[in-house]
Formats: sequence, C-alpha cells, structure tokens
Amino acid sequence: MRNMTLIDAIREAMDEELARDERVFITGEDVGQRGGVFRATMGLFDKYGPTRIIDSPLAELSIVAIGIGAAMADLRPICEIQFADFIHPAMNQIMNEAAKMYYRSNGTWNVPMTIRAPYGGGIGGALYHSQSLEAYFTHCPGLKVVIPSTPHDAKGLLKSAVRDPNPVLYFEPKKGYRAIKGDVPDDEYTVEIGPVNVTHTGSDVTVYAYGMMAHYCLQAAETVKQEDGISTEVVDVRTLLPVDRAGILNSFKKTGKALIVYEDNFTMGYGAEIAAVLADEGFEYMDGPIRRLAGPDVPGVPFSHPVQEEFMPSPQKIADAIRDLAAY
Amino acid sequence: MTNHAPAEITAFVTASGTRPSDSLSADTLRDMYWMMLLSRRLDERAWILHRQGRIAFHISGMGHEACQVGAGFAINRGIDYVHPYYRDLALVLTIGVTPEGFMLSLLGKAGEPSSGGRQMPSHFSAKWLNILSHSSPVATQVPQAAGLAFAIQYKIAHGLQDPHDDTKPRLAMTCLGEGSTSQGEWHEGMNWAGVHKLPFICLVQNNIYAISVPMERQMAVNDVADRAAAYGVEGLVVDGNDILACYDVMSYARDKAYAGDGPTLIEAKTYRPVPHSSDDDDRSYRTRDEVEQWKKKDPISRFQKVLLERGVLDQNAINDLETKAKAMIDAAQRAADDAPYPEVAPNLDPRSVYAPN
Repeated sequence: MRNMTLIDAIREAMDEELARDERVFITGEDVGQRGGVFRATMGLFDKYGPTRIIDSPLAELSIVAIGIGAAMADLRPICEIQFADFIHPAMNQIMNEAAKMYYRSNGTWNVPMTIRAPYGGGIGGALYHSQSLEAYFTHCPGLKVVIPSTPHDAKGLLKSAVRDPNPVLYFEPKKGYRAIKGDVPDDEYTVEIGPVNVTHTGSDVTVYAYGMMAHYCLQAAETVKQEDGISTEVVDVRTLLPVDRAGILNSFKKTGKALIVYEDNFTMGYGAEIAAVLADEGFEYMDGPIRRLAGPDVPGVPFSHPVQEEFMPSPQKIADAIRDLAAY
Repeated sequence: MTNHAPAEITAFVTASGTRPSDSLSADTLRDMYWMMLLSRRLDERAWILHRQGRIAFHISGMGHEACQVGAGFAINRGIDYVHPYYRDLALVLTIGVTPEGFMLSLLGKAGEPSSGGRQMPSHFSAKWLNILSHSSPVATQVPQAAGLAFAIQYKIAHGLQDPHDDTKPRLAMTCLGEGSTSQGEWHEGMNWAGVHKLPFICLVQNNIYAISVPMERQMAVNDVADRAAAYGVEGLVVDGNDILACYDVMSYARDKAYAGDGPTLIEAKTYRPVPHSSDDDDRSYRTRDEVEQWKKKDPISRFQKVLLERGVLDQNAINDLETKAKAMIDAAQRAADDAPYPEVAPNLDPRSVYAPN
C-alpha cells in the first residue's frame, strides 16, 4: 500500500493503461508538454511521446468527436476536457453521438472512450470553473457516469473506464485533487463500474454522496459520532449511471433515514433520482423524510469568497443535516 | 427567387496530364452505370411507396448518383471507412448495401441492416462494410471521420497496421451537403484533418439548397472548396453530375491519402431535382425553370450518352439493365413486405443500450 493524492492516483491509472495497451492515447487541451492545467498528465508526454499524448486544438467538441471516431476504429482514447464547465460545446457529440451509437447501430458499432473532466466548486473558480454537470449526463442512456472520491477508487475506476466498451464520463472532484489522500494497493487492480460502496458503516442515518461531498460526508459522520453519538452510514455512490438501485436501497433498509448530498443545484440534481428510488422501492422502510442537501438554485458558484463558501455544502452543514434527521 | 443555373466546370486533370478514369475497363464502366441506375430506380420506388401511403418517410439521393458512385469506385470499397450522410443511397449501394436492406429500412422491418429499424430510413450503417452509423443532426459525422482517419495514421505510426495492407482501412471519407458546412462541427473536423495531415476526404455534395435556403444565404463564398485553404487543406471543385470527373478527382484524393500526403476537400457541384424529403414542397423556394435546366444535366443520361458513344453500352444492354433493376427492386420490396416487424421488448430494454463488458 502507498498513500497518495487523488490526482496522483488518476495519473498512475493512465500511466498503467498507456503502458498496458498501445491503443490507449490521451488528447485534450494542454495535456502534452504542459502536463495538463492540473498536472493530471504530468510526465506522460516525456514517457510516451507526442503521438500518444496529443495536445488538441482549443475545441472541446473536436476532442470528443476525434475520440469517438478513434474509438470506433478500435483505439482507446482518453479525452480530457479541461474543466467540466467547457464540456457544453461537446454535448451534441456526447449525447447524440457517443451515447446513442451502440443502440442506433443495433449493437454493431460501439464507442470505447473515456472522457475525463474536473468538476465542482469551492476553488475560487466562479461560474465557469466550478460546475457540477453530472445530472445532464445521467439522464442520457448509453453513457456511464463515474465520480470517484478516494484515490483507490479513482485509480481502479479509471482503469475500468479505459477498458469499458462504452463511453464513460469520468468526473474528477478537482477540489480534492491534492486535498484527498488515501491508500492505493501496489499491485494491479480495477474497481468495477456499477456498484455503490459503503465507506462508513452506521445504523441511524444513511448519507448518499459522491466526489468531494462523499469525502465531506465521512468527516461529518465522524463529527456526529464524536459529538452526538449518531451512527451514520455513508454510501459513496461513485457510479451514477447505470444506477445501482439495489445498492442504494440496501443501506436504507437498515436506517430508514436518508440524506443525499450533492454540490450541484438542488432542483433536478442527481439526488432527486436517489430520493425517487427510496420513495418508490423503500417506502416500507421509511422512518423520516428523504432529505437533500445541495447547492442553491442560482446559475453557478459565485466568485466572491464568502458567497462561494455559503453556496457549497460543507462538513459542518452535512453534520447539522444529519443531526436534524436523526432527531426526526 | 434567384436562378441557380448549372455552370460549366473544367474537368480535373492530374499533374501528369492524365485522367484516372481513362484506364477504367468497359466492365467497370458498365458496373458504374448499373449502380447509378439501380440507385435511381430504387429511389423512385421509395417516392412511389410514399405517395401510396405505404411508407412514412423518404429522403432522396436523386441527382447525386454521379459523385457518389464515382467516389465509391475510387476507394477500397468495403474496407476504407465511409461516414455517410442521408443522401448517400448510391454510395452505400456501391459499397455493398442491398436494395432489400434499403427496403427494410423504409418499412422499419426486422433485419434492417443499419439500425434494426430504430433509425429513420436512409440513416445508413453497415459495420461489415466499414460504413459508420450517422445521426440526423448534420455534420456530426465530419469530426468523427477525422477521428477515424486519425486512428489510421496512429496505427501506422505505432506499427499496429502496415501502411500498404489493403485489407485494412487506409483512408476515411465523409459526405455532407453544402449547408452542413455552416456547422462548427465541420470546421473542427476540417481543422484536425489539416493540423495532423490526416488520410481524410471530405466530399461536399453541393446541391445549392439546404432544404429551402440557397447557397448565398449559407455562405459568402461561391465555392465551399475555397474554405479548405483556411485549414491548410487542398480544396477542389468538380462537376458533381459527371461521374468520370468525380472518379478522377476522388482517385487523386485517394492516392494522396494512401501516400500519407494529407486530406482533400472535394466540392461536387450537383442538384437535387426533387424536394428535400417526402415532407417538403420545393415549389415554394425555387422555380420550375431552374429545376428543368438542371434536369438537362442529369448525371445518368449524361453518362449513358458517353457510354453509348464509346460503344460500351448499346440500347439492348440499357434495356436489359432496366429490366434487371426492376426485377431486383420488386423482389426487394416483396421481401421487405413479407418481413416481420422487429420484436418490441428487446428494443425497449435498457440492457440493449450498452455493449457487454
């Protein structure tokens, strides 16, 4: 085991997949010599050269579309979108093309492509460097959507994404790139795309989250345990699409109380789907309101520091919400 | 309504002064004529079926047969990647899609080769022929085709493919109309092709109208080919109703792509003598006089005249081909009529959406 940061685990996953399979290549803005604006691809250009670590033109749609074409020609592209906020020009290629290719060709053409995109707020990025966009894509059959919260999962899920025969959107909680550290095995491993993961066991309240919020929820679970004696179960959703309905329901059967935390806007966020699964399939276990803690319904995370901080769910806000629900 | 009369376009000649089409055998010339004729008659049948209320929709490739069949014969058919658009009936027939496959798509029947009846007709795909699947939003196929060309270049650079292996795709060709070149996706695909000097051919079938909007409302240049310069790509204009001229320019672009000498934008000037689709009425946006002028430039009668003059065809042979086309289309229609509809449940099963791991 080695202790490493989230971004080092992401880089190690790409390095290993590049070494394992010559069909794997990386393209995106500044991914080459510069090593990416977050240094996710640092060192890979020197190791694998300019024909495999390819600086793209400054055009996100083309990054994805080139990836789609190359994937259908049996390469294994890893496409980097510099910030998730810049993915919108590529929506047509992701949602109308990559996601629908297998279905619309009656299962003949498929798109084994990974799209990596740093997402999320709390880093002074304001409206256009902070967005959480997972809910747009989880409404789109044909995509897989993955958001890791630990270095272990970040590495294992990214390796699975590269090997998956379908387009996988892999959102990275950029606030956690260097803030989140954890153990990563020395030996080769992958993490299956699909199942949720219980990262903290408990019996009073279940908290569902992914990405940076899953990390915060662990902190909040410890706080309420120490200060209030509340036993919290944290479910790290980590694969958002396809939805692991059974996995989501499992913990709820035990606690009967659910808090769903996401930093996207409250309305129509991914938490709404989790809430719907619990309301429908978990009704007989329900022991309180199904609560959501999320960003307010304003167009983005504002720049000014105190406003940004109030926008974001925090370990403190999560702890308060757990206390509320436990007392219900 | 501005009149868009056909203009004379000088035939393309290679640097050595030769025309690749000069070396086509009589058999090949007859095959080319046959593909144009088959496509035209099949297309006409689709219009009839629509007017009889037997199919819901048809979008026609009529008038475009010369540039499509010329292009199809110039590439390594069934091997080189082709990312087509919805007017490419003659092109995909040339590559190996059958009239029966097309009839199944018109009727949305089981066994439909492109999508199993999920997509509208003329949304072609045939993986076994390296024909890619396309959607309805226009120009989406262009940057993907650049991605296919990129993959060819990548495989050659990394020793994953022998550059001379003609059992593997050595170029990617994509087609679209002139209106679709207004899309950013076209620009981004052309830009990649230029930056990386990809083995890529973009065939713009300029039929002057994007549904109702004429060329001059679409762009401020007379030739789409002029735009190629902005990408560092060679742009060529060809008479899209002259199959031999189209074959010539396509052969040149193919040789260039195979040799690793980069992409080509070909603008084939042509015309759509029928409405955009079965739901369109073109009388609202163009004169009958203009349509009649273009009908005199019809690609099939022009090629027929050349072949008669050269003695490659005579009237008996032409009549035989007509009879053969009718029989083949009748049989295709019967087979499609008799075919069942696809099973409903598997097509609405979310598990059908993902390729298995």
